[in-house]
Amino acid sequence: MDTTTTAAVRARELRKDFGEGPTRIEVLRGVDFEALLGQLTFLVGPSGCGKTTLISVIAGLLDSSGGEVRLFDQNIERFSATERILFRRKNLGFVYQQYNLLPALTAAENAAVPLLAAGVRRRAAVDLAKSVLLKLGMGNRLDTLPSKLSGGEQQRVALARALVHEPRLILCDEPTAALDHATGESVMELLAENAVHPDRAVIVVTHDTRVFHHADAIAHMDDGRIVKTESRHRNEIEIPEFEDAIPMLA
Amino acid sequence: MNFIALKMLTGDRAKYLGLIFTIAFCTFLLENQTSIFAGVLKRTGSQIADVTDAEIWVMDPKTEYFEQTKALKDTDLTRVRGVEGVQWAVRLFKGSPVARTGDGKFAVSICLGLDDGTLTGSPRKMLLGSWQRLREPDSVVIDKAGYVLLFPGEPLELGRTLELNDHKVTIVGISDPPAPFLSFPVMHTRYSEGVNFVGRERTQLSYVLVKPQPGVKAEELCRRIEAQTGLRARTSEQFQWDCIRYYLKNTGIPVNFGITITIAVIVGVVVAGQTFYLFTVENLKQFGAIKAIGVTNWRLIGMILLQAFTVGLIGFSLGTGMAGQFFDFFSQKIATRGLVLIWQSVALTGATIVFVMIFASILSLRRVLVLEPAVVFRG
Repeated sequence: MDTTTTAAVRARELRKDFGEGPTRIEVLRGVDFEALLGQLTFLVGPSGCGKTTLISVIAGLLDSSGGEVRLFDQNIERFSATERILFRRKNLGFVYQQYNLLPALTAAENAAVPLLAAGVRRRAAVDLAKSVLLKLGMGNRLDTLPSKLSGGEQQRVALARALVHEPRLILCDEPTAALDHATGESVMELLAENAVHPDRAVIVVTHDTRVFHHADAIAHMDDGRIVKTESRHRNEIEIPEFEDAIPMLA
Repeated sequence: MNFIALKMLTGDRAKYLGLIFTIAFCTFLLENQTSIFAGVLKRTGSQIADVTDAEIWVMDPKTEYFEQTKALKDTDLTRVRGVEGVQWAVRLFKGSPVARTGDGKFAVSICLGLDDGTLTGSPRKMLLGSWQRLREPDSVVIDKAGYVLLFPGEPLELGRTLELNDHKVTIVGISDPPAPFLSFPVMHTRYSEGVNFVGRERTQLSYVLVKPQPGVKAEELCRRIEAQTGLRARTSEQFQWDCIRYYLKNTGIPVNFGITITIAVIVGVVVAGQTFYLFTVENLKQFGAIKAIGVTNWRLIGMILLQAFTVGLIGFSLGTGMAGQFFDFFSQKIATRGLVLIWQSVALTGATIVFVMIFASILSLRRVLVLEPAVVFRG
């Protein structure tokens, strides 16, 4: 079986509203979306178009208002709250725009959090986290607190945290938005090299056009819908134009 | 995850130390005030507790506490002795003569006149001299605090003289009885001497001290004495509690201590509760990240309770240590002797601190449990 063509995420007519009555806002208006195993899928679009809401629903952090989303052919909205948490713990990794590292923990301890949450003993978890950090070029910063790390280093720790428990789906929300071009490029290279795997899908929400060449597929979103999907080899993707896009540097 | 909870707690040094010291001082204040309160009330019956050889005190029916004496008739002693079950009964005189030194320093004193024949009720803890020497004429045994009050800065020595209402007496012993409620010197002498020191009245007998026969319960004998003589008879313990109840009911002591204790609880609850709540609120995004990663609400509850328990335990231990040091230091002082940190106070304070931390945890938990993990995606 060719795993690269198997859908890790499949959303059909997905809707999400916030509020009720006259204050109700439709953020997702019938989204059809797929992210395939072995691919780096970018979800792009202008601010406020619903990208973050879509990955929150995909991750099971928000409930949808209609439609269906299936992860690895399972509808997690039918899971109990505890089952959903356990599913997320085992199968999902997250990389955030603001890193969300725990300031009191060292780089290695931060990277070990998903393992600790899964009940792995502290020493084993931290050792494993250190090996992932070594792969990401953070060997000399293992015992450093986040406050002493640069933005790029913090994002690499966040990436290690997303990879350490070998999840099948990694969700990245604007991972390069807080970084300069060179650092952002370096983080995306690490993501492409280390996260993309035949048994794993990676979804990156971004409107940083500088990093689009890393994508295997790009889903363009606007006004709560996927308006266009491109799937091609990396570096052959057409660069779209948004009003608030981070421009490509010459 | 316990490790992460503790790291989160100790990572914010200012709040961590603030929480610990808030709880420590709340603990110190509560243990200090409740122990002193109990100690002061216990002093109201210290002269009763000091008489260990008799079990029953017989007094005028209207007597409510130790200091309030109305003289009995001398025949009352004989009537008490006639009650079945009484092994022996002796008289006790209590008066308040003015003691004056050769230098002119004077103080109202508590003078206890003991039965001439048996010296029942004499102080058992002697620092200098012997209570048996009370058999000598015009002799008294004075307590150390009274001695220091009347002869400040002078060494403890026997043979010094005092005037008790113009009667010259010689100090033949220095005792160390439990501190009285009022800081008056406590003097023991023989009954026949004591009544002379205070001045003759028509009747002089303050109390009759009774020992029940073997096998007769003190409470039962009290009932018999009351029934047959019309006098009031109380066991030593009952009489001590009578004194405590009297002072609780008729003085401002409970109100004053109560105000301090209430303020300590309120300050503890509000400051510790608010600091812990703010600590959690400022870490909400961290909790959100942990929640998104896949930590259950039960585990988060465990983490927050562990944090609360940790600061509560450290703060409580520190505060109890401070209170212990306080009482250790002040128990050496004359004015505060006998005031100790009582285990009931430690237990009560421990329960209060548990309440404070549970209250603080509930406030914090609410915010964490309703936290939507998707908050982590918001920049």
